[in-house]
Amino acid sequence: MTIECPAPRHEDEVVLLGHGAGGRLTAELLDRVVLPGLHAGPGPLEDAALLPGHRELVISTDSFVVSPLFFPGGDIGSLAVHGTVNDLAMRGAWPLALSVSLIVEEGLPLAELRSVVESLGKAAQEAGVPVVTGDTKVVGRGAADRLFVNTTGVGQRHGSLHPSAALARPGDAVLLSGPIGLHGTTVLSTREGLGFEGDIASDSRPLHRLVRALGPIGGAVHVLRDPTRGGLAAALNEIARDSAVAVEIEESAVPVPEAVASACDLLGLDPLIVANEGCMVAFVAADAAGRALDALRSLPEGAQAVRIGEVLPEGPGGRVTLRTLVGARRIVDMPLGEQLPRIC
Amino acid sequence: MKYLDEYRDPVLARRLLDELRGTATRPWRIMEVCGGQTHTLVRQGIDELLPAGMRMIHGPGCPVCVTPLETLDRAMAVAARPGVILTSFGDMLRVPGSDTDLLSLRARGADVRVVYAPMDAVRLAAAHPDREVVFLAVGFETTAPANAMAVLHAARLGLANFSMIVSHVLVPPAMTALLEDPDCEVQAFLAAGHVCAVMGWREYEPIAARHRVPIVVTGFEPLDLLEGILMAVRQLESGRYEVENQYVRAVRRSGNTAAQDAVRSVFKVTDRTWRGIGALPDSGLELADAYVRFDAARRFAVGGLCPAEDPECIAGAILTGAKLPTDCTAYGTRCTPRRPLGAPMVSSEGTCAAFHAAGRTRSAP
Repeated sequence: MTIECPAPRHEDEVVLLGHGAGGRLTAELLDRVVLPGLHAGPGPLEDAALLPGHRELVISTDSFVVSPLFFPGGDIGSLAVHGTVNDLAMRGAWPLALSVSLIVEEGLPLAELRSVVESLGKAAQEAGVPVVTGDTKVVGRGAADRLFVNTTGVGQRHGSLHPSAALARPGDAVLLSGPIGLHGTTVLSTREGLGFEGDIASDSRPLHRLVRALGPIGGAVHVLRDPTRGGLAAALNEIARDSAVAVEIEESAVPVPEAVASACDLLGLDPLIVANEGCMVAFVAADAAGRALDALRSLPEGAQAVRIGEVLPEGPGGRVTLRTLVGARRIVDMPLGEQLPRIC
Repeated sequence: MKYLDEYRDPVLARRLLDELRGTATRPWRIMEVCGGQTHTLVRQGIDELLPAGMRMIHGPGCPVCVTPLETLDRAMAVAARPGVILTSFGDMLRVPGSDTDLLSLRARGADVRVVYAPMDAVRLAAAHPDREVVFLAVGFETTAPANAMAVLHAARLGLANFSMIVSHVLVPPAMTALLEDPDCEVQAFLAAGHVCAVMGWREYEPIAARHRVPIVVTGFEPLDLLEGILMAVRQLESGRYEVENQYVRAVRRSGNTAAQDAVRSVFKVTDRTWRGIGALPDSGLELADAYVRFDAARRFAVGGLCPAEDPECIAGAILTGAKLPTDCTAYGTRCTPRRPLGAPMVSSEGTCAAFHAAGRTRSAP
C-alpha cells in the first residue's frame, strides 16, 4: 500500500450532528466524553433527577434548538415549557418553577422574539408553572441560528407515584397515551417544505396533568417516559436496558396517524424513531392496567391511550421486540441517530 | 388508509401465507430485486414464515449500495472544494468512501446538504448564483426521470452553476449478469415495482424467455410481496416462465412513456461499474452529449482518486445473493450502521442494514 492509497479509516475526532439525535451516537458521546468529564456516578439516565438530600424534589434541564422556530402546533417557546414540564412529570413530579435562558442571534427580528417569549409565557401559565428566573444573551450573526432556549424546571413529587426507567417488571403492561410521530414529521415537513404540514400538527403539550391522573394507582406505575428524540424505539430500548427486562409490542396496536404514515413512507423513515412531544409510555403492573387506561382516557391528552405491549415474563434484558402485522417477530433496535436533526 | 392499510392487513397476509404453504412443494429460491422489497420482507419477518426450505435471495437493488466507490470519492473531492454545495439524498451521506464519508466532511466544514428531490438542488443553484451546486445523482430507472427533469429545468433556466455527478444504473443488465453466472441459484424473480412503473416490463420478457425464469413485477407492501411470491411459486410449480404483474395499481406493460422520453433525451446508456459486483456492459446512464455541460466530472477535474474497499467486506456476495449478511465475519461487530465497512450496512434498503435493524444475529438461521 502506497502513501497515495490510505487504508480506510473512520473519523471520530469531531462532533457529528448525529451525536445530538438521541440514539446510539448520543449515548456514545455521553458515555465517553460527558459523563466521565463530570465524574457522574452510575445509574440510569432519567428524564429528571432527584435533588440530593430531597426525596420529593426533582430537577431537569433541556435546551431547545428546533428549526424552524414556528411550526404547526407550536413554536420553540411553548416547546421549551412543555419539554421540561414533561421531563419532570416522567418522574411523577408536579412542576413548581421554571428558569428560562435565551441565546439570541444578532439580527433576529424583535417581532419574532416577542412572539416566542409570549408563547412561552402563555404555555407556562397554562401549565400552571411560574417562570422565576432567567437570562438573556445575544451573540454575533452566525454564532447561533436565530434563537436557542434553555429551560430548567424544579418539581415536587407527592404520594406513591415514583416512576423510574429502572423499575419495569416482568408482566407489566406497556401503555401509550396517544398517537406517535406527529412532532418530528411536522417539524421536518415545515422546515423542508414537504407539503404535509397542512395535514398534521405537532403534539407538543404538557403531560403533568395526565401523570397526576395516575396518582391514585401510584405504586403500580413503574415507568413513565415521553418518547422525544429517538422516538418510541429509543424510549423502549432505554427502559428495557435500565430495567434489564425484555419488552414486546404489537405493531398493529401502535397508533400511527395517517399523515404520519404517509410522510414516513415517502421519506423512508420509521414512525417508531420519530420524535414526539405530547405522548408518553407507561409501564404499569398488569392488574392495574385497566384502571391506568381509564385514568389516562379521562383527560383529552390521553383520550387515545392504548395498550401496545408488555414486559415478557422472561427474555434477555434490554431486548425490545415487535410482533409484525404478518405475525413474525423482529427486534426493535436502538436508533443509530435520527435522520432528522434539530427537531426540538 | 387508502392504498396503505389494505396492503398491510394481518388476516389477508395469513391467508396468503396459508395458500403459499399449500402451493409450494419444493424449496424454491426466489430473488427480490429491489432493496425496498428486502426491507419489507425482513422488517415484517415474511422470509421467516415461508414454507420449509423455500428461501428469498436478496438482490442488488439498493442504489446506495451499488454506487461505485470511485463515484463517492469523486463526490467527496468535489464537496471539499471552496464554493461548492454538494447535495444528495440522505442515505448517500453516510456511505463510507475510501477514507471518509460526506457527513464527516460536513462536520469539518464542507457544505453538504440533504435534498428530497433533485429539483431542490436546481432551486438551490438558482438561489445561490455565486456557488457551484452539485447533485450526486444515483439510483435505478426509478429516480432517473426526476433527475432528467432537473437537468432539463436547469437548462431552461440557463443555470451555469448547476451540475451532476451521474451514477445511474439499470436493472435488466444486472439480472442478466446474475443469471449468466454458473453458480446462480435464483429460480424466479420479483421485479422491482417502482422501476417497472417507469419502464414497464417489455424488457423483461426476453430475459424470462431466454433463461426460462418466471418474473413477477411486485410492489412493496407486505401483501404485495406475499402475492408476488405466490404468483412466482405458481409459475414454478406449473413449469411456466412468464412476466406477470402483481403491482397492477402502479404498473402498465409500456410503463410511463413520458418519463422514458425525458430520460432518453437527457441520458444515454453506458457501461457501468457496480460496487461489489464489477463492470457490467450497458448497465448505466450518463449525460447525453447535448447536456454534458452539466457533468460535474468534467467541470471539476478530480485526479488521484484511489478507491480502496475494506478487505473484510463481502458486499459483492451480499448484493448477488450468494451470501447472507449473517455469513460475514464483520457483521454486527466490526461492521454496524454506526461504523459501516460497506454500503449495504448504510441504506435502509441495504440487505445488511435491513438484517441489522431487524436484530438478526450471526447465530440465527
